[in-house]
Amino acid sequence: MHAIEKILARNSGLSAVRTGEIVTAKVDFAEINDLYLQTVYSFYEMGGETVWDPTRCAFVFDHYAPCPDIKSAANHREMREFAQKNHLKYHFDTNCGVCHQVMPEAGLIYPGMIVVATDSHTTTHGAFGAMGTGCGATDMATILMTGELWFRVPEIVEIRLEGQTREGVYPKDVILSVLGKIRADGAVYKALDFTGSYVDSLNVAGRMTICNMAVEMGAKTAYMQPNQAVMDYVSKRAVRPFEVQYTDPGYVYAEQYVFDVSTLEPQLACPSSVENVHPLPEVIRQGTVRIDQGYIGSCTGGRSEDIAIAARILKGRHIADYTRLVVVPASREVMMECMANGWIQDLMQAGATITTPGCGACLGAHEGILAPGEVCITSTNRNFPGRMGSTEARMYLASPATVAASMISGTIADPRHFLKEGDSCHE
Amino acid sequence: MNKKLTGKIIVVGDNIDTDQIYPGRFLAITDPAEIGSHCLCGVREDIAASFPKGGMVVAGRNFGCGSSREHAPIALLNMGASAVLADSFARIFFRNAVNLGLLPVVCKGIHDHVRDGQTLTLDLETGTVTILETGETLACEKLGDQAMKILEAGGIKPLMRARFHRDASSTESGT
Ligand code: SF4
Repeated sequence: MHAIEKILARNSGLSAVRTGEIVTAKVDFAEINDLYLQTVYSFYEMGGETVWDPTRCAFVFDHYAPCPDIKSAANHREMREFAQKNHLKYHFDTNCGVCHQVMPEAGLIYPGMIVVATDSHTTTHGAFGAMGTGCGATDMATILMTGELWFRVPEIVEIRLEGQTREGVYPKDVILSVLGKIRADGAVYKALDFTGSYVDSLNVAGRMTICNMAVEMGAKTAYMQPNQAVMDYVSKRAVRPFEVQYTDPGYVYAEQYVFDVSTLEPQLACPSSVENVHPLPEVIRQGTVRIDQGYIGSCTGGRSEDIAIAARILKGRHIADYTRLVVVPASREVMMECMANGWIQDLMQAGATITTPGCGACLGAHEGILAPGEVCITSTNRNFPGRMGSTEARMYLASPATVAASMISGTIADPRHFLKEGDSCHE
Repeated sequence: MNKKLTGKIIVVGDNIDTDQIYPGRFLAITDPAEIGSHCLCGVREDIAASFPKGGMVVAGRNFGCGSSREHAPIALLNMGASAVLADSFARIFFRNAVNLGLLPVVCKGIHDHVRDGQTLTLDLETGTVTILETGETLACEKLGDQAMKILEAGGIKPLMRARFHRDASSTESGT
C-alpha cells in the first residue's frame, strides 16, 4: 500500500484499502476558516449540539484579519461565540495568520494524520507526511458532529522531481512548471506523491509551497515522505504522538511523471489561468510587462524564506515610482522572525507596504485590491479573473524573488540579475 | 428525488473557477437569496438576473475548480439551477454540490453540442441527456452509490439529521 492508503486504512479501522473504495475515516484535526460561518449553520441545521472533540478542531480567522467590514465582523462574532460555547482548546483569532501556516506552527500537523479544513489548499500538509484535504461547510459540519468523513480512496500519481535547481529558481518555479505540464484538471480526484532527490533535500517551507499548489491541478491531497527537515520541525512542535507511514517497496502508481529540475528557469503563470505557464525569459523576450502592484504573501509564498529572498533582492534598492509592493507575512511567527532579522525593515525602506499576517488580498477581500486594467505580479497561487479584485485586472504568478526583482524597474524582470554569485538556491 | 429534469440552459466555458461562480468580495454574505443574485457574475454580471428558474448550467472541463467555498453551489441553487452538466468537475465542488442537493452530472463532450437558451432533458435512470432543439441524445456518467444516497435524501443535511437522532436516541436507551 501507499503511505496515503495506510493513513486512510488506519483511520477507518481497516487493514487495507483499495483505489475507488469508499471509506469512513476518523479525522485527526478539523479546521474552519472565517469564510465558513455556514459550517455553524449547517451544524445546527443537522441537529448538532456540541462538537465531537473540542481538542481536535479550531477556527482560524485569516481571510478577514482584521475585519474589513461589518458583515465579516458579525461573522467572526458568531464563530467566536461557537468556539467559546464548545470550549475549543485551540482558537486562532485575527492576530495569528493563514490557517495553513498557523496549524503546523502550533504543532497541530504531524506525519500520518488526517487533517481536513474548509479550504482547498489543505493539500499543503502533505509536506509533513500528513493527509490533508479540503471540504465545504456542510462536510465540515458532519465532521464536527461525528469526527469522521467519507472518502473515496484516490488514485495515486507519482511526481518525481530529480536534481537540484539553479540559482534564482525556487520551489514556486518548480511547482508552476509541473502545473503547466499536468494542467489545471490533470489530477482531479487524485493524490499527488512528490518524490525524488529534489524533494528529499527540500526544506519545510519549499515542501509546503509545492504541496500547496497540488490543488491547482485538482488533486484531492498531496504527499511527501517526511525528511530530516520535517522531523526536526515536528519533533519540536507536535501536540500528539505520531507515526510516520511509509509506502511499500514496489508500490504501483496509477501514473508517473518525472521532471528534471536542474535545467529549469524561473517560471510565470500568465493571466488568467494557473496552467498558462511559461519560462520567465520567454515572457520577457515577448515584450515589456508593466506592473502596478507586487504581492508577496499567502499560504504559498508568504513564509520567512520568501520574505528573506525578497529582502535580499530589495535591500538598498527601491521599488519603481508609481508602483506598490504589498508584503503579507503568513503568520505572526513569520513576521516576528522577519523583524528579528531586519527583513521587514529592509523591505519597508525599499518602499513596501506591510500588512497584517493573514490572507490579505490573496482572495480579493481587502488590503491590496486591484483596479480594472491593473497588472499584479504575485507569489500567491491563483490568477483567476477577479481573484484579487477587478475581473479586468491581470495577475502573473511567480516566485517571491521574481516579484521582488520586478518591482525594481516596475516591469517583469529576472531575479537572477539581482542575486550575487554563490547564494543558496534553497532559501 | 426527480429522476427526469427538463429545463433551459446557459452555457459557460472551461475551468470556470469558484471565483467566477462566486467572487471573494461577496463571501461575507450569508443570505441565500442574496448569494444567488451574484451567481456567475465573474463570467457575466447579468447571468443570475436572467437565469430561467429550474434551468441548468452547462460547462466545459473542470467546472468549480479553485476554492472549497460552499457559496458556489449555494449560489447556483438559489439562482434557480437544478443541475450542472459539465465535461468534468473539480472534486470539492462536486462534493459540495451533492451535499446540498444540486445535481452535478458528468457528460463528456456536452459543451461542444449545446448553445445558450436550448432546452435539455436529463434522465438519471437511463443516464442520458437529450437536446430538445436538435433531438440529439448524449450519454452521461452515472453518479456513484454514495452520491446517489445523499442526493436521494435531498442532501447531506436530512441524512445527518436522521442519523444523529437515531444515534442520540440509541444512546439514551443505553443500547
Ligand atoms: S492565503 Fe490565499 S490561498 Fe491561502 S488560505 Fe488564504 S486566501 Fe486561501
